[in-house]
Amino acid sequence: MLFFAALNESSEISLSPAQAGDAVIEVRDVHCAIGGRVIFDGLDITARRGRITAFMGPSGTGKTTLLRLITGQSYAERGSVQVFGREVAQMSNVELFALRRRMGMLFQNGALLTDLDVYENVAFPLREHTKLPESLVRQLVLTKLHAVGLRGAARLMPSELSGGMARRVALARAIVMDPEILIYDEPFVGLDPISMGVICRLIKQMNEALGITSIVVSHDVQELSTIAHDSFLLSGGKVVASGTPEELSHSDIPEVKQFMGGLADGPVKFHYPAADYGAELLDAGDTK
Amino acid sequence: MSASADSIPVVAVRRVGAMSLFLLQVLARIGPALARPGLIVRQIYNAGARSLVIIMLSGMFVGMVLGLLGFDVFQRFGSEDYVGVLAALGNLKVLGPVLTALLFAGRAGTSLTSEIGLMKSTEQLTAMQMMAVDPVRYVVVPRFLGGFIAMPLLTATFTLIALYGAQLIGVQQMGVDSGAYWSQTQNAVSLHDVWEGVVKSLVFGVAVSLVAVYEGYHSEPTPEGVGLATTRTVVISSVMVLLLNYLLTAAFLTTK
Repeated sequence: MLFFAALNESSEISLSPAQAGDAVIEVRDVHCAIGGRVIFDGLDITARRGRITAFMGPSGTGKTTLLRLITGQSYAERGSVQVFGREVAQMSNVELFALRRRMGMLFQNGALLTDLDVYENVAFPLREHTKLPESLVRQLVLTKLHAVGLRGAARLMPSELSGGMARRVALARAIVMDPEILIYDEPFVGLDPISMGVICRLIKQMNEALGITSIVVSHDVQELSTIAHDSFLLSGGKVVASGTPEELSHSDIPEVKQFMGGLADGPVKFHYPAADYGAELLDAGDTK
Repeated sequence: MSASADSIPVVAVRRVGAMSLFLLQVLARIGPALARPGLIVRQIYNAGARSLVIIMLSGMFVGMVLGLLGFDVFQRFGSEDYVGVLAALGNLKVLGPVLTALLFAGRAGTSLTSEIGLMKSTEQLTAMQMMAVDPVRYVVVPRFLGGFIAMPLLTATFTLIALYGAQLIGVQQMGVDSGAYWSQTQNAVSLHDVWEGVVKSLVFGVAVSLVAVYEGYHSEPTPEGVGLATTRTVVISSVMVLLLNYLLTAAFLTTK
């Protein structure tokens, strides 16, 4: 990382380096609404350096919105979102871009650039932010591709990759600049058990080998419980429970029990609010 | 929002304002984008070279129709020699730039919009932002410049082919004297007429390329949204080209 900082033209914009165990991301009393619908109503979350922190919750609870707040893609109406001790909402564009150079993000579908092959996708951040000689770029790219097991796929186009492979390439691209924070947005969605296991293992390896602070947003309880150090369960715009996955699985809180147990009945209703079923069936002819 | 606020003129003015601001964003990033000339060359190839066949075919047929129509009209007055004048002035001043721009909007403009729209819907633009790369500089500016540079080149190609097509029908098929055909054309066409075509093609290049990249960049990130944006590109660019053509024609007539 220091290597890239020295090469990076914008490295003068200082964001203080985090120490082990420090709170890298702090979300305090955040209120946020989208299209009149309240997403967060006093959200508090802390992610610490060197740990894998999981944000869990049913679909539509704002997990991806939380990532957008942390990465400065959108802003909360009230409250504080701090990364490396700096308020994200108060950063200028230059500062925000400097912050993002210290982050890597794995998107749900990989978000690989479709007009570049695997090698060029991984090399993309290096070419954009450094002036490294081609031989060094090649070494770095091949190292990262080897780490995710896809060195042999370097010349394939994104359209030739399976979903799991695309996500591994995206992971290689996300770590090629040696980020301090790695954010995974729904990394397990749509993967077969083998790919899921591979991604799970890679998340753990990246965290242990590189000391990266990892943020994993998912609703896959089983997978998260094997890798996460800390978990936050979001529901109703707030954190309803936090702790290790083990602690959450023994919680008596109804929302937690329903989510961890995958129960249809509970605080989160299966049916979207609607009029009386029988009455609506009888009135079916009037709806035209 | 009130009904009047959503009326067509208000929506149109709002869109023109948004496009103007977007154009300023694009212009401000042209300098940094020039540091990667390879990206621009690739877009000139995509927008220009890949449109060549349709432009050349259309130019040939337009020229041939002008030859036929011109001959049919002028022979009534015994002035068949003027077929070349009609073909040259018609193509240089109006048909060349306008038809090229309309064809460009349909072929390359839609391609630009859908490409950028799909990049947006597959989160590629967001991924760039997350990698601290400005997507306007990396994606939009090279495509805008590619379209802007390709348009005058395509217009010149269209016009030359159309002139050849008119000559093919007028001289080769209908038997107009070649010397009279070309001398009348040479006498009638001035540098002012050529300049009019060049300026129009440059202005249309900015207009169509801007509409295409704007609509793609601001499309809803859904299949339906990308489809609608592509349709808007064709509709807005076509209307804009015809409107600008009228304004520029009027302006050039007053400066003649």
